[in-house]
Amino acid sequence: MQFALLIYESPEAFASRKSDGAEAYTGAWRAYHKALVDAGVFVGGDPLEVSETGTTIRIKEGKRGVQDGPYADTKEQLGGFTIIEVPSLEAALEWAARCPAASYGAVEVRPLALETRRRIVE
Amino acid sequence: MSGSEEEKVHRTIEQVARESYGRLVAYLSVHTRDLAGAEDALSEALVKALTTWPRNGVPQNPEGWLLTIARRSVIDVIRHERVVSESEPTLLLLKENTGEAIMSTEFPDERLKLLFVCAHPAIDPTMHTPLMLQAVLGLDAARIAGAFLIPPKTMGQRLVRAKTKIRDGGIRFEIPDQRDLPQRLDAVLDAIYAAFGIGWDDMAGVEQRGRDLAEEATWLARVLLKLMPHEAEVCGLLALMLHCEARRAARRGSNGGYVPLSNQDPKLWSLSLMEEAECHLAEASKHGRPGRFQLEAAIQSVHAERVRNGRIEWTAIVQFYEQLNRIAPTIGRRTGYAAALAEANGAERGLAILDAIDQDAVSAYQPYWAVRAHLLQLLGKRPEAQHAYDRAIGLAEDPAVREFLLEKRG
Repeated sequence: MQFALLIYESPEAFASRKSDGAEAYTGAWRAYHKALVDAGVFVGGDPLEVSETGTTIRIKEGKRGVQDGPYADTKEQLGGFTIIEVPSLEAALEWAARCPAASYGAVEVRPLALETRRRIVE
Repeated sequence: MSGSEEEKVHRTIEQVARESYGRLVAYLSVHTRDLAGAEDALSEALVKALTTWPRNGVPQNPEGWLLTIARRSVIDVIRHERVVSESEPTLLLLKENTGEAIMSTEFPDERLKLLFVCAHPAIDPTMHTPLMLQAVLGLDAARIAGAFLIPPKTMGQRLVRAKTKIRDGGIRFEIPDQRDLPQRLDAVLDAIYAAFGIGWDDMAGVEQRGRDLAEEATWLARVLLKLMPHEAEVCGLLALMLHCEARRAARRGSNGGYVPLSNQDPKLWSLSLMEEAECHLAEASKHGRPGRFQLEAAIQSVHAERVRNGRIEWTAIVQFYEQLNRIAPTIGRRTGYAAALAEANGAERGLAILDAIDQDAVSAYQPYWAVRAHLLQLLGKRPEAQHAYDRAIGLAEDPAVREFLLEKRG
């Protein structure tokens, strides 16, 4: 089964990527990434820029709407995602628990819509 | 009734629920085999207590009061389901054993049977611990689910399924006979220890949700020892848990950082818990039947000695690990053996043990990588050490452990 780990981070965590705390931040992420790759469960994934750089597009009743900013407005913003290949939801949750963001933010685990992807890609 | 008095009544109810939950569920379900029914009846009785006791005062025998009310609703449910004829013997038993006299008398403690049912070979082994936590301790599914990293709804469904199997699958509430006892007891001990291990990791978390799982597990081990005072491994299990519990305050530095066992300040260890652990371990050794939990406890006991002589007898620890790996080898014990051997005979020797472990088996086992990184670092193999540190850091769930390793990695 494939799962996406959706990673939520506070504005402070986003800022710490560039400030003095960057080494602790980057080091933890580098190690987590390496552990995933070495364990053979890593499929793909990347960090995202702050939510302000996002754009939301919506088509409502056939009309395009383009909007600056994120889709949802909560304290934590989506900060990245990781796609892993593991046998079960339990295994995915175990990896999510090890994710650095699990202790300073939140990580959402959601099954990938493989059927939809197949339909899109094929 | 004043606010503070009402609070007092609530506390009493909480305490009675805590002390008596498992006893009452065990007693109510032993004849009906209906765990879910017994739990429902008991929670109804507890709700009734919350409304009645503040008004009328706490009854003289709160446990008997709860049993009487819960028993009535069990009987009502059985009647309602129109299976009176089939269940007549059950009804009679419930009535005979729990007549109104119960208000003042004792009722038998059936928790041992309940523990054996929860860890029954016909029940999915991954559900042994969750069932015990719910049926004997009354923990709710959401809390258990969180500890086991399982969605609450899924955990709820699995608990229901397991209870249905107990009710309909002919699983008997009984203490296994001598022939089956060792194996069946092993399953009970494993389930209790699993709860302890999870609680121990969980404890590092910032959030303290009441008593943590490690404490709940220690409570279970105490209950088991009370019910089976002459089983060496039960003593061993409790001794092991108490030695770990004794170090609770020393596991974090003043800044909240992680402190590994050999760097802990022994002055912060709880002497009373350590002494209690030693008593149980001594009691266990009288039986002359060593086992895995006694050996694990013995290793912790050697560490505890540091409080007296200021050093760790690694050779003794190595010997205990050798015995352990002869009778019940696991990845964890082989890793522990490697770490101890490195301390006793040099990092090279420890690393050789780690090298011999199947790499696939340790790809997600954090302690292996932490020990490996440490030994490689001692041997001056910097790039390999950094690689192993990365694995250990990436597999760590506890931010304090992660930080500790990041610092060591350099």
